[in-house]
Amino acid sequence: MFKADDLAVLPIAQWIQLGVQWVALHLRPIFLVIKWPIERLLEFNNSMLHALPFPVMVLLMFLIAWRFASLGIAVFSATGLVAIAAMGVWSDAITTLSLIATAIVFCAVIGIPIGIFCARSERVWRIVRPILDIMQTTPTFVYLVPVVMLFGVGTVPGEVAVVITAMPPLIRFTHLGIRMVEHEIVEAGLAFGANRRQLLWEVQLPLAIPTILGGLNQTVLTAMVMSVVVAMIGAEGLGLVVLQGLGRLDVGQAAVGGIAIVLLAMMLDRITQKLAQPRPGARATLVSTLVRLFVGSRGVPDPVTSERQHDVKEAL
Amino acid sequence: MTACLNIEHLYKVFADRPDQALAMLRAGKSKSEVLEKLGQVVGLDDVSLSVPCGAMYMIMGLSGSGKSTLARCINRLNEPSAGRILLDGEDICALDESHLRDVRRKRISMVFQHFALLPNRRVIENVEFGLKLRGVDAKQRRRRAEEVLHVVGLERWALHMPHELSGGMRQRVGLARALATDADVLIMDEAFSALDPLIRTEMQDELLRLQRTLNKTILFITHDFQEALKLGTRIAIMSEGRLVREGTPQSIVLEPGSDYVAAFTREVDRARLFDAGSVMTSLVEILRSPNRIVMGDPSGAPGVAFVLDADAQVLGTLSAEQIEVTRGGGALPQPEAGFTCVRADTRLVEVAGRCRADGPIGVVDNAGRLIGRLEVGQMLARIGASSATGGRHV
Repeated sequence: MFKADDLAVLPIAQWIQLGVQWVALHLRPIFLVIKWPIERLLEFNNSMLHALPFPVMVLLMFLIAWRFASLGIAVFSATGLVAIAAMGVWSDAITTLSLIATAIVFCAVIGIPIGIFCARSERVWRIVRPILDIMQTTPTFVYLVPVVMLFGVGTVPGEVAVVITAMPPLIRFTHLGIRMVEHEIVEAGLAFGANRRQLLWEVQLPLAIPTILGGLNQTVLTAMVMSVVVAMIGAEGLGLVVLQGLGRLDVGQAAVGGIAIVLLAMMLDRITQKLAQPRPGARATLVSTLVRLFVGSRGVPDPVTSERQHDVKEAL
Repeated sequence: MTACLNIEHLYKVFADRPDQALAMLRAGKSKSEVLEKLGQVVGLDDVSLSVPCGAMYMIMGLSGSGKSTLARCINRLNEPSAGRILLDGEDICALDESHLRDVRRKRISMVFQHFALLPNRRVIENVEFGLKLRGVDAKQRRRRAEEVLHVVGLERWALHMPHELSGGMRQRVGLARALATDADVLIMDEAFSALDPLIRTEMQDELLRLQRTLNKTILFITHDFQEALKLGTRIAIMSEGRLVREGTPQSIVLEPGSDYVAAFTREVDRARLFDAGSVMTSLVEILRSPNRIVMGDPSGAPGVAFVLDADAQVLGTLSAEQIEVTRGGGALPQPEAGFTCVRADTRLVEVAGRCRADGPIGVVDNAGRLIGRLEVGQMLARIGASSATGGRHV
């Protein structure tokens, strides 16, 4: 009888093994160069956040949530942080937070320009799109294999995996946001003699900002998920708490880790979601959004924009 | 007349390689034949026209007739496939990118159907938009924007956001933005089509008022024949990418030239389109005494004649019999006073309102001098021309 296993003659696993080994051996400097800025920023964020005294951190979170979102979310955030501290996983939560904060910076700095390139050139988008599709359909822990091979184990390689996983939504939303700018408005820009740079900065990017911020929300949540998964390759944080709990069959500890993760995720989601919904009549210019990012603003969500946000999410 | 904008044999095929389609069109094949054979959509098929300086030039057609394509070819939002567009003798189609930008910034501006305002900018910043792209410094462009906003009557709304304005006001902003750059050519692409009827009428009147002082060359795209008649000094009618009729509103209504055009003219309110001067019978002097002039029909055919004083002001009328008597050597009888005088540029609808029962109607020029006589029968024939001839044929 002919069995399927008889066909197993293709040494794909071996080839890939050899290939990755070769890459790891010969292209090591490249990966060190990639790793370096991530390591620096992660260390910086981690030490900064850990250096903040607990009450200051709670107060800061409260104020940020209040300015960006609402008083209710601010109260929830503060309570959540106190609960996390009460469960004894404060330090791990801060580590996870610094993983996410670092990921946001890298995703924004790399992802938004890629998204802009995609929106401006159909050819680039045709190349990038299938890559994004593959990245987003691949189960997150599959990333861990090449990351371990190329970057090793620990928190910094974990951060690399987080950045890679969290980037696709931001690229997609940036591309979508620019493409969704009403055709007639783009035409108006051209008709009044805008060059490509002016068209991008005066017309497309300002109008795409709500959508890009929606992408930022997705990126934050993906980073949150991944920062837990990378515990498998030795990254510290709340994920490690859960993983250790599982390893020792300590249901209690695993549950504590899980609850802390959910609380943190909800806080970040609410705050970044509100960021993506400008106030009614607010001017979503580049400058004002940056100002809002640092100074913050309060207000009720604009029904029109939130509806549009909703549409965007459905469209994706 | 010096032509400001000349369009010569313009073709537009929506395809990367239009050569084959162009060859077919030049061989006289139609838009649908090209679509069937090559699967390429033809936007414009050999359009030539010339827009005089300061004209309000209407491009009229149904959707898919190529009117918007034509307008967008002029500032090359659509790239023409073949042909020339001469703006004061300079071929726009031959310009490189930076010169084209210059033309768009300084010579041609545009008003859009759905306003196309930047929703994240204040009204005044929207008006400044073109000047900002041109690199005018902030203070100067703000001053200019304020001026233009004043012209369209929105100075009090300068600091509001576009979504706080009504449709008509938004289009005023769109118009102000186009005027701010001081371009000589203004393309208005279905500019009033998205407005409700009352506001649209108001905007049309506003545009006519503005045009009297601005004297720009305006290309106005519309699918509404009534609008074309009301605003236009000339009208070009398009169908299937071709120019089917071009002329003044009155000449098009009088001689549509094809069933397609005649179909538009059927509903036209001729009483509002034609003036007394276009229907009147010209009169000549038939008798003269030292201080009286009698004007009547040149052939001497029976008809009411008018008696004028030495300054050509109308005193009264004489019937055909009275004229015969006078010609026979009798004294000039006392003229009858039951007449009406209208100016030559009075619309027929107003003339009809002033008609008195069987009193003759005289037509005078701007100085009040008599130039003709208006017969009620002729007037009715002109007003009713559509149902008499058009009704049978179309």
